[in-house]
Amino acid sequence: MNPIVDREKGLLELERRITELKGLSSSQNVDLSSQIAALEAEYAKIQREIFGTLSPWHRVNMARHPKRPTAAEYVAKLDQFDELHGDRHFRDDPAVIAGFAKLRSRRIMVVGQQRGRDTKENLRVNFGMVKPEGYRKIRRLFELASRLGLPIVALVDTKGADPGIDSEEHAQSEAIAACLYALAESTVPSVSVVIGEGGSGGALALGMTDRILMLEHSIYSVAGPEAAAAILFADATKAPEAAASLRLTSEDLYRFGIADEVIAEPLGGAHRDRDVTIDRVLSAVDRQLSELGARTTEQLQEERYSKYRRIGALNTNKMPSVVTPSGPSTSLGVNSVEGPR
Amino acid sequence: MPMPDWLHLRKNAQAGDAAQWTKCSGCGELVYKPDLKASHDICPKCGHYFRMHAADRLSMLLDGDFIEVGGEIEPGDPLQWVDKRPYPEKLASDRKKSGLSEAVVAGFGAIGGFAVGIAVMDFHFRGGTMGTVVGDRVSLLFESARERKVPAIIFTASGGARMEEGVLALMQLAKTTNAVERFRRDGLSYISVLTDPTTGGVSASFAFQADVIVAEAHAAIGFAGRRVIEQTIRQKLPENFQRAEFLLEHGAIDMVVERPTLRETLVRLLDYGIASPRSASRNGAVS
Repeated sequence: MNPIVDREKGLLELERRITELKGLSSSQNVDLSSQIAALEAEYAKIQREIFGTLSPWHRVNMARHPKRPTAAEYVAKLDQFDELHGDRHFRDDPAVIAGFAKLRSRRIMVVGQQRGRDTKENLRVNFGMVKPEGYRKIRRLFELASRLGLPIVALVDTKGADPGIDSEEHAQSEAIAACLYALAESTVPSVSVVIGEGGSGGALALGMTDRILMLEHSIYSVAGPEAAAAILFADATKAPEAAASLRLTSEDLYRFGIADEVIAEPLGGAHRDRDVTIDRVLSAVDRQLSELGARTTEQLQEERYSKYRRIGALNTNKMPSVVTPSGPSTSLGVNSVEGPR
Repeated sequence: MPMPDWLHLRKNAQAGDAAQWTKCSGCGELVYKPDLKASHDICPKCGHYFRMHAADRLSMLLDGDFIEVGGEIEPGDPLQWVDKRPYPEKLASDRKKSGLSEAVVAGFGAIGGFAVGIAVMDFHFRGGTMGTVVGDRVSLLFESARERKVPAIIFTASGGARMEEGVLALMQLAKTTNAVERFRRDGLSYISVLTDPTTGGVSASFAFQADVIVAEAHAAIGFAGRRVIEQTIRQKLPENFQRAEFLLEHGAIDMVVERPTLRETLVRLLDYGIASPRSASRNGAVS
């Protein structure tokens, strides 16, 4: 069970009662304004309490929230979208939504990892875990973007690449390595946004862009907290501790100089106001693309090189000590599949 | 031939190791260490490949001298990581055990008369995992090889990205990829030799970005770890799954080579033109 969903239950109940009272007050024409005000005050208080201080583990669960907007919802808010399919070798991976699009009248190439909103959809998209054919589709479209001079916008949302027999048979390592390579040699500006979970190499394959943006409650990690706990503590139930150790929140990534911008979410998370969230993301991407658009190809490639080159021992050894947000770190169960490191 | 510092370290580490016998994990028999060294770390009884130390690998391959680059780059503890033990403690004990300062040794030498940049990963240091130092040293190797206009050879052996350096370790996939791309864009060529094991972040970056990909016989190679896949699909995997021979059959690599013939194979490959840079074609890009 997702602990964030648990925490929301009390709030949803309050919401229901407030609506009920409001309905009653207008239909029966009685003055319930003081009761309503009291409930609303309590609602605001609880909301602040539970969302004001989220532990890293809660942030992980916020990133995985079943109601969180998925890549397809962002794509639907673009001004125009023409989906492109297939890896030209074997199959079209439904976990990747990609194609030509227009963002605020700018022509772009958009690629996104599609998580399912329910079990049926999750089975179709393999829980957002992209397979080699998906990475090959992405690489193909990265190359096409460079040929056509279209900037690349990537929406990152995956636990990690697919840990399956067929994916290994189809040379998953090569497929991811080739995506990274395509981004390294691309001649167009690229921006990625981590909208949910940025899980390991499977996320980086489309996230190695000129600019990296993160939604406030998204995470970016070398391994899922469950996998990290299993490896390091030999105990997957220690995922909350591992989540804190991994420094995977958007603030951590910003402090490390990896995330260039953190996009604030509505109180209670992106799903509490989807339109606002999506609009903020698209505006931020548009602004970043405008900035990058002023650069020559040589400048872009030079800056890209140094952006990643400086994430090394020399700089990170001198990094100021990172601070863990002091939220409650409770043991709240384990979900999902482990991804590879 | 001047002996580099890292070779001294290695010697010191071995001097402290009094045991003359070691157990083969292939057949379970006790093997006399000098015999093992004489046979390229292949078990004389069952043919099992022991994982080689970087120093032994280099002496097996190089004509003579080796000039190390990036040896001074040392790991820190950017996440202040503690699990069962603090990360700096693990680093210190691996340093002592392996005689190495990190999981890769990079530098320049010659193989069969061809000047090359070469990096060798060593599983005995933190399971060959890639953190910021491995990323720095590998990138530096490609940058220096690009300046010297010599081909690059990387021997990979890695459990993947190093957990204790978190997302900073993940970003080394990005850094090394950019270094490989810039190197190849100048028309220079690169051979990777995948040894046991090559998995996770290393396999998903520079290991599979080479012009020619060689795998050492029997090496385990893949992205997701065997155990992770077994847990996910809840069934046992066949023995040959993710072995070098399995990858060859599935078209993922160019060739599988037995350890005793690796050196002569590399010399032949270098001779086919990998040793000489092409002039860059369109936009300076060579694909």
